[in-house]
Parts: sequence; C-alpha cells; structure tokens
Amino acid sequence: MMSLITDLYAYWISVLLMMVGLYIVIDHNNLFKKLIGLNIFQTSVFILFISMGKVDQGTAPILKEGFETFSNPLPHVLILTAIVVSIATTAVGLALVVSINKYYKTINESEIQAIEREEA
Amino acid sequence: MILMHTPALQVIIPLIAAPLCCLLPKSRLAWLFTTLVSFSTFAISVLLVWQVHAVGVIDYEMGNWPAPLGIKYHIDSLSAFILILISAIASITLLGARSIIEQEILHSKHALFYTAFLLCLTGLLGIVATNDAFNVFVFLEISSLSTYALIAMGRNRKALMAAYEYLIMGTIGATFILIGIGLLYMQTGTLNMFDLHDRMPIIGGFNSVHAGFAFFTVGIFLKLALFPLHQWLPNAYTFAPSAVSVFLAATSTKVALYLLYRVFYTIFGFEFSFSTLHLGAVLLPLSIVAIILSSLIAIFQSDIKRLLAYSSLAQIGYMTLGVSLQTQSGLIASMINLFNHAFIKGALFMCLACIAYSIKTTRFNHMAGIAKTQPWVAAAFVVGGIALIGLPPTAGFISKWYIVLAVLETSWWLAIVVVLTSLLAVIYVWRVVEQMYLREPLDNIQYGTPVPMMLIICTWTMILLSVYFGIDNRFPVRMATMAAEMLIP
Amino acid sequence: MKKNPILRETSHLLIPAILLFALYVQFHGDYGPGGGFQAGVIFASAIILYALLHGVKRAEQVVSLNLAKTCAACGLLLYAGVGVFGILWGGNYLDFNVLAHDPIHGQHWGILLIELGVGLTVASVVLAIFYAFTKFKK
Repeated sequence: MMSLITDLYAYWISVLLMMVGLYIVIDHNNLFKKLIGLNIFQTSVFILFISMGKVDQGTAPILKEGFETFSNPLPHVLILTAIVVSIATTAVGLALVVSINKYYKTINESEIQAIEREEA
Repeated sequence: MILMHTPALQVIIPLIAAPLCCLLPKSRLAWLFTTLVSFSTFAISVLLVWQVHAVGVIDYEMGNWPAPLGIKYHIDSLSAFILILISAIASITLLGARSIIEQEILHSKHALFYTAFLLCLTGLLGIVATNDAFNVFVFLEISSLSTYALIAMGRNRKALMAAYEYLIMGTIGATFILIGIGLLYMQTGTLNMFDLHDRMPIIGGFNSVHAGFAFFTVGIFLKLALFPLHQWLPNAYTFAPSAVSVFLAATSTKVALYLLYRVFYTIFGFEFSFSTLHLGAVLLPLSIVAIILSSLIAIFQSDIKRLLAYSSLAQIGYMTLGVSLQTQSGLIASMINLFNHAFIKGALFMCLACIAYSIKTTRFNHMAGIAKTQPWVAAAFVVGGIALIGLPPTAGFISKWYIVLAVLETSWWLAIVVVLTSLLAVIYVWRVVEQMYLREPLDNIQYGTPVPMMLIICTWTMILLSVYFGIDNRFPVRMATMAAEMLIP
Repeated sequence: MKKNPILRETSHLLIPAILLFALYVQFHGDYGPGGGFQAGVIFASAIILYALLHGVKRAEQVVSLNLAKTCAACGLLLYAGVGVFGILWGGNYLDFNVLAHDPIHGQHWGILLIELGVGLTVASVVLAIFYAFTKFKK
C-alpha cells in the first residue's frame, strides 16, 4: 500500500495539483482567481509530462561528453509548446477580465450575474 | 510544384497571411486580402479532393523527417471532405460580411479582426490536416484562442463574459485532451495517430490507456458542446459579432466532431472504443437528451440567435446519435448530417446577420413584420427553416432520411424519437416565421437600414447550396461512404 | 520610482546584463537549455523593468507599440518564410536539409533562423501585452 504512494509520488503530486486547480476554477467568484486556478491546473499537466520523461539514471537531455544515458527530450519540447499556449491563454483571459471590469465595475462573478438578471 | 505540397499549403497560406494582414493599414484592404486568402484555401482544398479521388491518401512529411519521428500530414477522404467544407464556409462568409463587420466592430480593430479570423481558419484547417496527436492540440489551441478574441469583439458587453466563460471551459477541455495525449504517449512512446493505432492492441489493457480514453472523451465532448458540457455555446453564439456567429456555428463544432472520429476510430480503433470501453452506451443517452432538451429550450427563447444556438445543440445530438449506433450506416448518417448542417446553420445565421444589420438587434419582439421590408431575407429564413426541420427538397431531409434509416437498423422506437423531435423544430421555426410574416411591423423596422446586396447574395448562396445538396447529394454521400468504410473496416 | 537611488542604480547596472543574457540564451538554444521563447521573455522583461522605473512614455521612446506590433508580425513571417524557403529549394515545408550546401549546415542555419523568429515574436508580443495593459483607459 505504501509503495503505491512512494513509487508513484510524481503522479500523486500532479493529480493533487490538478484537483486543486479545478476546484479553484469552479469555486471562486473572483474572475482573476479563476484564471490562477486554470494556471495551476495547466502546471499540473506539465509536471505529469515531464515526470514521465525522466529515464532512470538519466541526466538532462543535453548532449555532452562523458554521459551515456539521457532523459527523453520529447516531453520537454511538448511542454515548452504547452507553456506558451498557457501564457497566451492567460494573457487573453486577463485582457478579458480588465475589459469586464471596465464595463461592469466589478470582477465578482455573482455580482455580474446579479447585474445581468436585474437588466433582464 | 503546388500539387506536391498541397497539404502543407492548405495550412500555411492562412498562417502566413495572418501577420501580413496585421500590418495592413486600411480596413477594406484587410477584408479584400482575407477574402482572397480564404478563396485560395478553398481552391487548394478542391485540389486536395481531386488528388484524394485520384490517389486515395496523401501523406506529407514536415521537414522531410519520416514518421513517427516527425510530424506527418495525412489527407484521406474524411479530411478532404471537412477541409473543403471549412474553406467554402469561410469564403462565402467573408465575401458577404464586410458591411456587417464594419457596422459592428470598432474601426481601429478591423485589421486585428481579420487577423484573428485568419488564425482561426488556420487552426481549424490544421486540426483536420494533421496526423500527429500533439499537433492537433497546438492547432486546437490556435483556433480556440482566436475564437475567444473574436467573440469578445461583439457589440453587447455580455460578449466579454461569454468569451471569458468559453475561455475557461475551452481551456479545461483542451487541457484534458492534452492529458489524454500525454497518457497515451507514456504507454506507447509515439505521437503519430497510425502508430498509436498499431500499438493499441499491445497496451490496450492498461489503466492509464483507459484513463487517457476518458480524458479524451471529456475534452472532445466539451469542444463538441454535447450535453452536459454545452453551457458555453448559447452565450458564445448569441453575443459574438454576426459574421463570427456564422463562421463558428458552421465550422467549430464540426471540426470537434472530426476530432471525435479521428480519436475514437483512428487512434483507439472501432472495437476498442465501442466494444471494450462501451463508448456507445455513454453517447446514446447523452445524444437523445441533447436532442430533446435543446429543442424544447429553443422553443422558449426570446432572442433568435439564441434559438438557433440551441437548435445547433440539438443537431449535434443527431450527429453523435449516428456515431453511437456503432454501424457503418450510422457513421455515414452522422457525416452527412455534419456536412448539411454546416450549410443550413451558416445560412440561417447569415439571415440573422442581415436582420441585425437592418434593425441592429435580433430580439424576437423587434422582428415583427420584417417580411414586408426585407422580403428576400425573410424568404431565405423560411427556406432555411424548412431545411432545419428536414422537409424535402432540402439537404435537411437527406440528413434526417439517413439518420432514420440508420436508426431503424437497430431499434424502431429511436426512429419515432427522431421524427418527433423534428416536429419540435417545426414549433420554433414556425414561431419565427409567424412573427416575421403575420404581425404588424414596429416603427424601428420601417426605418431600418437597407441590407447591402452582397450580404443578401451570400445568404442566398448558402441557402441555395443547402437546397442543391438536398437534390444532388452524390458528393457528400460518396465522400461520407468512402470515409466510413475507411474508419470502420 | 526613479527617485529611489537603489532601484535606479541597480537596474541601470542590470538592464544591459539582462539584455546580453537574453541574447546568450537565444543563441545557445541548440547546445543547452534555451531557445527563442525563453530569450524573448527575458528580453522583454529587461524593457519592462526600464518601463517600471522610468515610466511607459520613456520606454515607448525606446521601443514603441507600433514597432512591437511590426516585429511580432515579422518574427512569425521569418519562421514561416524559412519553411517556404524549404519548399522553393526543393524539399518539403520546413525542410532544413536544403537550406545550405550540406544537411548539417542546413540544419544549423534552419534552427538558428527559426529560433530568431520565435524570439523576436515573443519579445514583441510580451512587450505589446505590457503596453496594452498599462495604457488601458478605465
């Protein structure tokens, strides 16, 4: 039972962060905090990918004399792309939140829904 | 030389055009440039269909790296079918949409609007053309990010909130697809779709592969807006600018459906998805609930764009119903539904774009008697509504015919459900037609702006295409049959 | 913030070093950790540090918003252009083997030019995002 946790600790951490991120997105009312939760969720996916790329006794995936075993470089490349995607998503989300603040004077989701319900 | 590189050119022409469009100073020039680029993508997709007919499949290795080391673009009958659909819709939309874009969007943002449109087109074409699982994720995010930006440019301030909610839900969906790709890569060591398919029997029993399947399912259902992951779609389609609603309604969920076909038939394989993991048992009830619930909700809407958005949710239910039947005829029915619905919904949303140009709103009460001032637009809506219900001689009839034939192979009560829900469509289409024709016009309609001829011509082009494909449906049926025979051997 | 002597002197020492480090990361991307994206972000952060210190107006005199938007477009065109070059010279899209007289030099040139395009685009986009947020009218 303990080996289930200690051998696969990377996956446990990744899933824990995934659930924390999803909970923040769902629960918080503040639009900024939702974006931070989304970022935590995406970071957990990066940890999942990178941790599975490590080869036992392998060093960093950079060619150098004296080393024979290297970690798998492909997950690193995939995660570089995914990090850029995550930053672009955060930038678009932040721009949207700033615009919402300008038009609604609040960034609290329940207040915005109350304003919309009053107008309807 | 163009013929050798058509798969790559299909994606990189709008990709190179996007930053060029960003640098253009005038709005008219940006529109002309974007329209020419989308017509050239249409020409290349016609070339691709012709080549696929001649050769069968086209493989293109990016950077001359052999698959599975490198990224490969693989065009077969299914990909060519969807590519020609997307580029045709983009071209017709852009041709007519200049006036409505100039009316609805701030002048300083026009060049950026067309840039985002080209990036969205690039992303959608790339998802269809590629054969590498991670490349699908990259193009999916390219198209999604530009879609969020496009939706946020709507007139109403609710467009911002709609774009934000779509951003949160869409990013969660795309990240779930990424987790699925990661779990599959963990077990197989490859990202090429055909290579994954070859290695699936060896690793099919592992829990991580089953978890990857589940993540793929949730991510794709979210992008497809299948019940219960559909909450982002009504707001996004309603508050987006009219031209964007036309393009998105006709293409974005169709590409997500293409992704469903690729992931569950090409990567995982037909037996694994439907027999081992019982995807049909999940899809069937969700599709039926989507059809019935969305049609019922559509009847009570007070904004016609919202009504058409809920109607789109119901039609997506029909498409996934075809997939869940687990037969070749069900898959053919689903693909024909996909093709015809793109033209029908595109045409209906274009009618609403004309109305929005004229009276600046699409609310039900404000549309009373609009048939007197805009007879062509109202007539187009009537024909589109007939196609939506599924009456001959429109393409909607062909879609419903194939669905009922496929459903009758397995159970007769499902066929009754399909026919009865088409009657629900009669209710909400008749509501709008009655309001347009049989009521007295309000003042704001008498003084409404006349709709430009180009927009009406493009609306009628899409309507006539949906009637044409109801009469001469050889092309969609042939392509769908070839694709279905390839996906379910 | 420019009144504070510690901040002023430290950043006047650091900003050139950050810019140089960004160029180092850019060009050592194929020999070690680095590459276009990281270098672009570091480059933009140097200019953002200058903007935080002396105000956005002074920073715009160094790199204006229009220059940032143009560079963003040019970086992407450079990347895609290298690919089209590959087509024109007989290979597939983004084929580096045909770019020079033999494949190894071709790969070297290809990676260098592509990372340059990525670095240019990322630096200008991050800077443009910063300008957009600071100049947003409430």
